[in-house]
Order: sequence, then C-alpha cells, then structure tokens
Amino acid sequence: MSLEIIEANGLATVQDSGRRNWRKFGVPTSGPMDAFAFHAANILAGNSPHAAAIEIGLGDIALRALRDCIISVAGVGYGLSIYIWDFPLWSSYYVRAGWMIRLNKLDSGMWAYIAISGGVQTQPALDSRSTYLRGHFGGFGGRQLQAGDILKSGKPSHSLTELAARILPQEARPVYSDNPVVDVIMGPQDKYFTDESIAIFMSHEYFVSTTSDRMGYRLEGMALTHRNKTELISEGMTMGAIQIPSNGQPIVMMADSPTTGGYPKIGTVASADLPLLAQCVPGRSKIRFRETTVAKAQKKYHELMSGLERIVEE
Amino acid sequence: MKPRIVPLGDSSVIVQFGDEIDFTINQRVHALGSVIEATSINGIVETVPAYATLLVHYDPLILSFTQIKNHLQEKIAQVDEMTSRKFRLIEVPVRYGGEYGIDLEVVAAYLQISAEDVIRIHSDKIYTIYMMGFTPGFPYMGKLDDALVMPRLETPRTRVPAGTVAIAGSQTGIYSIDSPGGWRLIGWTPLRLFNPESDSPFLFAPSDEVKFIPENVS
Repeated sequence: MSLEIIEANGLATVQDSGRRNWRKFGVPTSGPMDAFAFHAANILAGNSPHAAAIEIGLGDIALRALRDCIISVAGVGYGLSIYIWDFPLWSSYYVRAGWMIRLNKLDSGMWAYIAISGGVQTQPALDSRSTYLRGHFGGFGGRQLQAGDILKSGKPSHSLTELAARILPQEARPVYSDNPVVDVIMGPQDKYFTDESIAIFMSHEYFVSTTSDRMGYRLEGMALTHRNKTELISEGMTMGAIQIPSNGQPIVMMADSPTTGGYPKIGTVASADLPLLAQCVPGRSKIRFRETTVAKAQKKYHELMSGLERIVEE
Repeated sequence: MKPRIVPLGDSSVIVQFGDEIDFTINQRVHALGSVIEATSINGIVETVPAYATLLVHYDPLILSFTQIKNHLQEKIAQVDEMTSRKFRLIEVPVRYGGEYGIDLEVVAAYLQISAEDVIRIHSDKIYTIYMMGFTPGFPYMGKLDDALVMPRLETPRTRVPAGTVAIAGSQTGIYSIDSPGGWRLIGWTPLRLFNPESDSPFLFAPSDEVKFIPENVS
C-alpha cells in the first residue's frame, strides 16, 4: 500500500513505457502520451525508465501517501503541491506517510506524470502495466483511476534520502509551447496528395480539435486533396503517423493508435517532437509542420533523450 | 516485384511487397516476419504484418535507417530461398443468421441467392488470416468467393458484439471485442477470440488458416 487516490477529476491512468510485441495481434502499445516527461519522472524517482507511473490529463488529481516515499512529477500544464507547500515539476520529493499530493490543471499543457520510488505495481496484462481503456485491460483493472483506489509500489532502487531533491534542469527538457512547430518525415503516401496540398500542409496552421483523445489528435485547417485514391489496403502504422481521411483533415495517431489503418499517411511526426504535440491543448493550440529527414530526426531524438542523463542534485 | 523499404517516421520502416490483396504476396510478408523473429537483431522492436506490407518498429537510439535497411535486405534475400511452410488450421463453429447474423437475409437478397447459398459458399472455403488489426484479435481473412462480394455499410453500427462473423468486399472477419463496425453481419461463433487474462490471449495468429463449420439452426 503506497498511494491512495483521494480525488481524480481528470483522466488518470496507470501507464508504463508501452505494450510491445502484441501489435501484430492488433493490440495498441498504449503507454504515455508524452514519453519524455514520463521517462524523466521515472528516472527522477530512481526507477527504470520503463516502470509504471500515473498519467494525469484534462483535470486535477489528489493523492495521499500511505507510507514514506519519493514522488517525482514531470510534464506540462499542472501546478504541484505537497503537504502545505507548492513545488515545481521536473523534480523529486521526499513525501511522508499521510501527506497529500495535489496536481491542479493550468491553462497550458495537457499531461503530467507522477512516479513513485519503486514504480507503480499492478497486475500486468499482455506483459505490460499500460492501461488500454478501449480494450478494458492493463493498468488498474483496465480502467481510469478514481477516488478510493489504492496503488502498490515496488522497492526503491536507493535510499529515499539519496533519491530526494533531484531535478532535471530546464535546458534538458523539450521546449514546450502552446503553438509548436513540429518536424515531419514525409511519406510513405505523400504522393497521394496534390502538390498544392503538400504546400498547404507545410505552410498553414492547424487547430487541435476538441475531439482529440489518447488514440489520435484530430486537426482542423485547410483541407488536403487526394490525387485520386482516398484509401489504400490496410497497413501498419505508428504513433505520430498523420493519416488523411477523405475529408482532407489530418489525424495524428497517438499512444492508443490502432496498429493498422487504411488512410494515406502524408508523413509522420518526428519522435523528438511528439512530446510537443502531445502537450497541445485541444480547442486552443495551433500547430505548424516543418519537413525534416529521418537522419536529422534521429539525431534530434538522440540529443533530446541524452538530456535525461543531466539530472542534478538540488 | 522487388520489395521496397520505405521509412514511416524515424523509428519504423515499411517493407512493401505489393499493393494488392494477394495470397502469394501476403505469404512473403509473413515469411519475412518469421525470419526476423527467428533471429533477434538488437534494436528491432517488433513487426506487424499486413496484406502486402511488413511494418518493422525499431529503436532509433540503436539503429539508423541505413542499418535497419541493410539488415532487412539481408533477411529479404533469405525469404526468397525459403520453401513453403505448414499452416495451423483452426475450425470455427458458426451459428449463421438469427439474433447475431442480422444481415444474412439482406446479404442474400443483395446477391440474389438464398440464405442457404450464402452459408454454403461462406463455409465451403478455407481462409487465410492475412493480417490482424482494427481491435485486439480481429482477423482479416480472405479471399471470399466472388459470389459473396458486397460493399460494407455506409454508416457503421455503433456496437457489434464480440464473436460476430462478418463480410466486407472480398474479406471476412470476426469481431474480437464489442466494438463499432461497418461489415455485414452473417453469423456468430461462441469461441472467444481475445482473453487478456489468459497465457495465450489470442485464438488466432496472423497466417493461420480458418474453416467455418455451420451449426444447425433450429
């Protein structure tokens, strides 16, 4: 017994780094929307970057520590208070048994990750603790967390005093923004679109629609025109893939993306920029796309992930 | 056709063997998938077979696009030398029509044959699972006899019960969990296609063969 959920007004789920090896059976990976913030929270708490943590989005959450532990919080769009103090995110804190941890939703940003020393322990489903809400499995009984739920945690990797008061400096974090520019690797079906449509895609702003969810972010803007075919025979897809259905409005596949799809994919968001997109606020954020290459995108991702090694003691 | 290897973002590639629903092309997809699985290459995460393409997810912190491409070209050469494999055949009992196969009569009327003909033609053939997707455990099977080809619903139903057997175009499938669906519903099987609590959660695997066995309807 480590954490009790006192209140959960937002979408709170248990997520580990994702469900691998079952995609060929049609099982989405699930896992965190912002993988960088998720990894950071775990590393700050002294955990494996793949350990399970709590993802909170859309609203507030309040938890009570049932025993002494290290809590770390990373992400965008939340104010954090522990016991009677307000604290910044991207840090780890020594929390005494009985203390309350509150995350209050702010205007910007979408998702934050609450990691506990030793990681959240739930019964794995298909080798993973990630919650897949539509499939009703994984995480905490296949559902979102609610008041009264009690989570267990594993054994901390170090003494709590060693893990407390550590921070990931600002320079090591992605440069989050309400209206980010995100890098895109074009293809494989960019040739399905007219030259004018490719030019529009690269130069116009797209709104993030309020119908967005963990499965996909729906965008609204200048419609893109297919040359002739609006569908292809189904093939595999991945988080970040940008599908263009017949109405010409892009859908970016996110953590709960189906494993396959039949709409043409104009391109895929670079891994390093997926956290920027994930933290966009539906109904408010506008994004722009910028073309990049696989090699450049991989280099950028390398640099971003190496930032996780820059955790310092406060 | 020589397979093409194209990037899908910075952490997966698609190997394109063709662009149509074809048994021989699909067999090459599955063959490459098993060759990759049989040899563990550091940095390859997993593969997802589809009708004519194999998606390969990889870790860009371990492999560059050029490196994964070279690995895959080597494996594709091995597939070309492979002889035919043996397939698992799974028999699936089906109650055609009735409460779950609510479109059976509509399908028969559209195709201008009797409901009995639909059942006979549908259950006569051995189908191949070309791919799985849509929902966990949903098998895309083919190829349906030309006499049963009918377009899907214009407006999908919001809820189709798990176990419902359906057809769409030249494909047939079985809904694996309760989900929305736009295929024509012709029957129902009591078999459970997906059980996340089980040690073997899926009844089917891609490239399995399936034979439908009609159950007596009272």
